[in-house]
Amino acid sequence: MCGIVGLYLKEPTLQPQLGALFEPMLAAMADRGPDSAGFARYGDEAPEGTIKFTLQSSSPTEPAKESGQRVAERMEAMRNVLDQELTWTQHAEAIVLRTDVDEQTVKAWLREQWPEATVMSVGRRIEIYKGVGHPRIVARRHGLAGLGGSHMIGHTRMATESGVTLCGSHPFTTGRDLCLVHNGSLSNHNTLRRRLQYQGHSFETDNDSEVAATYLAWRLQEGDTLTQALEGALVDLDGFFTFTVGTRDGFAVVRDPIACKPAVMAENDALVAVASEYRALAHLPDIENAAVWEPKPARIFVWEQGAATTLGSRNLPHTFRRA
Amino acid sequence: MMRTVSLETHSVRQVNQWLHEQNAKLEEENWQITEPQGRHALACGLDQALKLTIDGHAGYYCAGMNKQAEVVIEGSAGVGVAENMMSGTVRVRGNASQCAGATAHGGLLVIEGDAGARCGIAMKGVDIVVGGNVGPMSGFMAQAGRLVVCGNADEALGDSLYEARLYVRGTVESLGADCEEKNMTPEDQTELAELLHAAGYRNTFRTEEFRVYGSARRLYNFQIDQAGPDR
Repeated sequence: MCGIVGLYLKEPTLQPQLGALFEPMLAAMADRGPDSAGFARYGDEAPEGTIKFTLQSSSPTEPAKESGQRVAERMEAMRNVLDQELTWTQHAEAIVLRTDVDEQTVKAWLREQWPEATVMSVGRRIEIYKGVGHPRIVARRHGLAGLGGSHMIGHTRMATESGVTLCGSHPFTTGRDLCLVHNGSLSNHNTLRRRLQYQGHSFETDNDSEVAATYLAWRLQEGDTLTQALEGALVDLDGFFTFTVGTRDGFAVVRDPIACKPAVMAENDALVAVASEYRALAHLPDIENAAVWEPKPARIFVWEQGAATTLGSRNLPHTFRRA
Repeated sequence: MMRTVSLETHSVRQVNQWLHEQNAKLEEENWQITEPQGRHALACGLDQALKLTIDGHAGYYCAGMNKQAEVVIEGSAGVGVAENMMSGTVRVRGNASQCAGATAHGGLLVIEGDAGARCGIAMKGVDIVVGGNVGPMSGFMAQAGRLVVCGNADEALGDSLYEARLYVRGTVESLGADCEEKNMTPEDQTELAELLHAAGYRNTFRTEEFRVYGSARRLYNFQIDQAGPDR
């Protein structure tokens, strides 16, 4: 199983309530994924030249919650070594670090000085928070209901292909301000992982969804647009999937060519939302007057700041298309 | 007399239990469920000639295994509405998600909006009338019964079809393996007219506007003595 939820608020006056509207969506999908949960929040934008890193501890022995003092010491150490502008906010179990130091330097320092810290997300807007446990508890731990922003992408996990761990939970980062959530399972992920490892990519887990995330990150690095990368995924990924990709300005949804996994979308004047089941949308404002539909198989649906496009993929090999 | 129960104040299990209590003896004929909010497994396993209205969107497997009852969903329905229905009628005013009427043996399922993928998958004798379009792979492995589509059918209609008959008024994106267009016989016209009438579309669509599709009988191990009359 697994559950997917996404919410974009077109109505700016609702944006401070994003987390409060999103938390019941995530909780409604707990039946589909009670193991672990996570969400990407697109909130305030870091100034030009600055990026945010969201960090969580991945060590099973070290509690995810570090004392404020310990974190402060680490951050001070980092600031002294890198000798650059660096601020941080500690949430319950995550640290959002803001700096103008480049991404590779920060990651190298973390690898050496704080190997338990996992970089959940990198970007000017995105922050990814996740955890093991019932989605309601994970949401509460991260104070989801109090977070604002323009959009959020979330996931509730019922693990099938790999262990229940912090790193195995979704969303996965797929590049700056990008993330991926996945409902389904891939059958060629080992082959694809080896191919990506040859390309120089490394993996935190043996999770199939991480392979999909890394695949998309690789395509985007190679210069693909998001749509091209997702079209590539329809060809190269074998298995069942509904993917939702969070972007700086919105989100994209794509289902496998036989639409094995569910997805429901809704749009009204105030919002655009996606979920595995309608239940997750039932409490959204003015949902009675929303258009509600299911995205077609092997079509890429992109919603970004006021422009919705459904891209046909007529040239793709449909498994059941006959000549 | 109408008995109205809200799913905001009662659990699905409790409401289904009340409905099942009618199975032994019909004491309350008219029921209404309010605030369904897309909840799953509403009104499953009914076995009584009662009338039930669901006032909103239903989740998965609504009215599954229905016998005798007349169920109206005043919104859309999730995956597998009326799956394995035996008799009675289920009407969806909005759209239905995938696998509507899956494996159903009898009764009538009417979807006034569109149906998603695999509508009528493995149907075993049910009649399904869809006012709008059906999604890809509709009628997949359908064994018996009639599927009427007043709009268009998406890719791979009737893939691996057995002996169900599929009527489509609009375009068919593509036919699935072993599905082919048949000649519309006078008997087909008559049964189609009856189905449109039963679904409430008698004055909306004309039978001449439809085409009929069936199995080419080349795919499965077909033995003529196991089939009904060849139409």
